[in-house]
Amino acid sequence: MIDSSLKDIAAALRDRKVSAVELATESLARIDAGNPKINAFVTTDRDGALAAARAADERLAAGQGGPLTGIPLAHKDVFCTEGVLTTCGSKMLANFVSPYDAHVVSLLKAAGAVMVGKTNMDEFAMGSSNENSHFGPTRNPWNAGKVPGGSSGGSAAAVAARLVPIATGTDTGGSIRQPAALCGITGIKPTYGTVSRYGMIAYASSLDQGGAFARSAEDCAVLLSAMAGHDPRDSTSLERDSEDFGRECTPADAQPLAGLRIGLPKEFFAEGMEGDVRAAVDAALAEYRKLGATTVEVSLPNARLAIPAYYVIAPAEASSNLSRFDGVRYGHRAAEYGDLNDMYCKSRAQGFGGEVKRRILVGTYVLSHGYYDAYYIKAQKLRRLIANDFAAAFEQCDVIAGPVSPTVAFGIGEKSDDPVQMYLSDIYTIAVNLAGLPALSHPAGFGTGNLPVGLQLIGNYFDEARLLGTAHRFQQTTDWHLRVPAGF
Amino acid sequence: MSRTDWEVVIGLEVHTQLNTQSKIFSGASIAFGAEPNAQACAVDIALPGVLPVLNKGAVERAIRFGLAVGATIAPKSIFARKNYFYPDLPKGYQISQYELPVVVGGQIHLLVPDGKGGAYEKVVNLTRAHLEEDAGKSLHEDFHGMTGIDLNRAGTPLLEIVSEPEMRSSAEAVAYAKALHALVRWIDICDGNMQEGSFRCDANVSVRPRGQAEFGTRREIKNLNSFRFLQQAIDFEVQWQIDLIEDGGKVQQATVLFDPDSGETRAMRSKEDAHDYRYFPDPDLLPLVIDSAWIERVKGELPELPAALSGRFQGEYGLSAYDATTLTASREVAQFYLDTVAAVGSANAKTCANWVMGDLAARLNKAELDITASPVSATQLAGLVARIADNTISNAIAKKVFEALWNKEGDSADAIIDAQGLKQVTDTGAIEAIIDEVLAANPKSVEEFRAGKEKAFNALVGQCMKASKGKANPAQVNELLKKKLG
Repeated sequence: MIDSSLKDIAAALRDRKVSAVELATESLARIDAGNPKINAFVTTDRDGALAAARAADERLAAGQGGPLTGIPLAHKDVFCTEGVLTTCGSKMLANFVSPYDAHVVSLLKAAGAVMVGKTNMDEFAMGSSNENSHFGPTRNPWNAGKVPGGSSGGSAAAVAARLVPIATGTDTGGSIRQPAALCGITGIKPTYGTVSRYGMIAYASSLDQGGAFARSAEDCAVLLSAMAGHDPRDSTSLERDSEDFGRECTPADAQPLAGLRIGLPKEFFAEGMEGDVRAAVDAALAEYRKLGATTVEVSLPNARLAIPAYYVIAPAEASSNLSRFDGVRYGHRAAEYGDLNDMYCKSRAQGFGGEVKRRILVGTYVLSHGYYDAYYIKAQKLRRLIANDFAAAFEQCDVIAGPVSPTVAFGIGEKSDDPVQMYLSDIYTIAVNLAGLPALSHPAGFGTGNLPVGLQLIGNYFDEARLLGTAHRFQQTTDWHLRVPAGF
Repeated sequence: MSRTDWEVVIGLEVHTQLNTQSKIFSGASIAFGAEPNAQACAVDIALPGVLPVLNKGAVERAIRFGLAVGATIAPKSIFARKNYFYPDLPKGYQISQYELPVVVGGQIHLLVPDGKGGAYEKVVNLTRAHLEEDAGKSLHEDFHGMTGIDLNRAGTPLLEIVSEPEMRSSAEAVAYAKALHALVRWIDICDGNMQEGSFRCDANVSVRPRGQAEFGTRREIKNLNSFRFLQQAIDFEVQWQIDLIEDGGKVQQATVLFDPDSGETRAMRSKEDAHDYRYFPDPDLLPLVIDSAWIERVKGELPELPAALSGRFQGEYGLSAYDATTLTASREVAQFYLDTVAAVGSANAKTCANWVMGDLAARLNKAELDITASPVSATQLAGLVARIADNTISNAIAKKVFEALWNKEGDSADAIIDAQGLKQVTDTGAIEAIIDEVLAANPKSVEEFRAGKEKAFNALVGQCMKASKGKANPAQVNELLKKKLG
């Protein structure tokens, strides 16, 4: 049943052909069987899941369920969950149990979704391969020797391996789209401010945005609609009414995308993309044309500056955001230390992994007296230029399409000693975060080694429904998103 | 060089705790005195994932202050993070305002006692005032070599008010601090409780040879929580700097603490080990936008300000600048005065002023009472002033009646005058009878007066007043006595 679409699962639940307890049990059994192969979960919450499932069944029996009532789901371990471990992939929080739920968690609880566990991630969401987790790397369900992408690699792998039908994630520089692409599923990062950041452990506040993973765009829409909405506890949360992001995921006629102008940034197609990725992306674009869309070349001249700008702004914010992990009130504290300063140094040296330390150092440096203007202020200016590029491009097109990642999933250990190579794997995704735009990744075929390739669709602000509708049309005539990795 | 060859330069940074219900970025209470950490919520203790939400009440108080000092209210200001590690700073940064503060400029008008019984006027310009959150408290006692952390104060809203370095003596600094203290209470943005830390001063102090244009190197005295300490700390610091320079030394920029027990200041940290706070705009908070409608609404809710009221007292009631300033030192005193004048009529405004600033203030001071707790009400004082004005009692008797009112011997001045028979005697016949008795009983004084001793006349007046138990109208006694002796 977990392999079915959300719509079908919800109908079966409503018609009492299956119970939420049966679904939760099925999901937990799949985790038991599948997780040892991919290490997608840090924590499973069997008792909590079954209790939530029983409550969901009562609601469903009373005819009160919604589209997510009784649906098993997993949360990225960056979201605080009351009473359940929230580690953020770090030794620093290896024993941290939050006394409160993140806004997203409480919304999904209220919707009746059944959380079965918390998924693995790069420590504090810093990484593109899930290798930076204190709890060991997550493996790609398509090939256990490959990375699932990051930082939301655990959620992407869990959905790809059909352990859960949906999962939450966060995307600061591509952390939903890139693992979705590498694992062959659909993932969306909405417009900045759509999903409350309250209770989502901050990496880079001005870039972090929660989002959804599912096999299909239609299912992503259901999850995202339940996660979104104004939250007065997050000052950057948009004051917009809730909306049905699936409203354009409707049955289609022969030319469902007639009139849609797809912009292809020439910079994305110029160099850097591997041949197998290029072939899959081109084939997907041909499919879009078949569906009635036209393609037009656009330009994002400053997109090449996205990585340097990002690697100033994100570490700057991170260096400050992560200061609270000082060993004083919660989290890891060194067993032995001299004075106060020594306690800070030892606790943080022991509690944080290498990549987190690297970004704290970079961030501290770029904010330092005498360097602030040259780095931080300049990066903010670049950010503005990048956003302007997108604004200009959207005068010529309705959505922008391109690759998500220059390569298919790479090998575990292949790039972990070379941070710059690792950073370059986000070259097509980062500009979107700097501009605050919505974007999704959907399966577009397979490349070398039978590994999935994703296509990225970038929308203008608040165009989530259009992005999801567009991807949905594609998924109605293709079956890439229905392929299941062997052994799952 | 002598002490007078040096000019003292002082600028003050005052942290006023805003009297909001809740903290500046969370819903926790800011009430003083709760059990440690009982008023620290998830946001205050900086749990992973929590976010700040700005308290509009704190902004409103900043606007009120800006309007009261004639400052510019910034249409857009920015909250920034000031990064440093300390156990009582849970986030590892303090949210403050740095490059773009909410209040820019403004002035404080003050009267500085000149030390000779008078006072001179002075205007101190303000640089800025900005909103920020307070830190928690580290408790170093009672924990046997460990440190306790109380985060009740963490996130308490502060308005940091920064003056230009325009004060030239500790007396000016104290007068400025007092005027500011009175103002923030007047406009009801701060309770002004200095013991509880609601109003704390940092003083930047330097000295320079008189006539030198550039400032000397300053040292900052932190956390002075009484006017007396402010004065003592500055006086000590000034002398210390002068002595150092005159001994051939050089002042190093530093942060210093004042020890009230020794009366000395001592360096806490020097510029070399000063923090690099790595300020940057807080990405969790939007720019603070204040539109003119908001400013206008706050303006409409402001009480008449002390400067305006003081001007009115001088213009309408003919009070001196000093009296008008004294009576507008606090809203409560001014209200008491206004109520008194309203009850007795503005023709007696000067007499009312004398009583409020004189006998009443002295008596309240002695009893350590606030004017709001005065046993003599404004109406009662007005009744007393009315009887002085219509010659029912003399000033001397009025003091007696005041005492009686204070001691609740009667409900009103009239009741006491009646009950105790204090009504002034103005009947010429009755006064003449008293004079005759006094002259008969004091032939020696009469003789001395006739021999040209003016003093003897005063003695006779005194005897007449005594014989009348103070009730005889002194002017009439004078007049009739002169006639009889003439």
